[in-house]
Amino acid sequence: MMDFKSRIEEKLATALAPAHLEVINESHRHNVPPDAETHFKVIIVSTQFDELPLLARHRKVNELLASELAEGVHALAIHAYSVSEWEARNTGAPQSPPCLGGEKR
Amino acid sequence: MDVMERIRQIIEGQPIVLFMKGTPQFPMCGFSGHVVQVLKACGAEFAHVNVLEDQEIRANLPRYANWPTFPQLYVNGELIGGCDIVVELYQRGELQPLLDAAGKKAEAASS
Repeated sequence: MMDFKSRIEEKLATALAPAHLEVINESHRHNVPPDAETHFKVIIVSTQFDELPLLARHRKVNELLASELAEGVHALAIHAYSVSEWEARNTGAPQSPPCLGGEKR
Repeated sequence: MDVMERIRQIIEGQPIVLFMKGTPQFPMCGFSGHVVQVLKACGAEFAHVNVLEDQEIRANLPRYANWPTFPQLYVNGELIGGCDIVVELYQRGELQPLLDAAGKKAEAASS
């Protein structure tokens, strides 16, 4: 069984032919055991996002990763850009916020 | 009441509703807390539902909205998105007018 990070990378790469793709496991920043795969950040740049509103881009990514979300991925930060938006940004994607404890606080 | 009906009434009963983990004063998740900060920066008045205290809504809102994660922000009955979208719209300058319009509509309806 592949880990979640590889599964996410493979599904997004196959479906969206991204010009740029980063899948970052941010679980260590949260209130979960070490080596957990619960919190991910996806930065994805694809021509398929041209002319598509943000909500629709996120829905597309969420739908592709529905089984990962159902099986244990708890948080998915999505930064989805068209190629021209990504080229206009020179700062990369925003930082995810700190945890604040979740329900185990 | 059926939970789907309950969700619908919450979303449609108030102009700006945030489904979040924790409360605006004590957010229990960074993504929820970030959305609260952005809404406050816009000077918006908003209702909130703490999904950690309402397991029925927590379990069913993702199905209702076809949106798997929290927080979820609704304006005038429509899903705007989660933290990433709210922040992106804010940075583009598109969130403030959206929230202002919703606030004004609510004022007009109540006067």
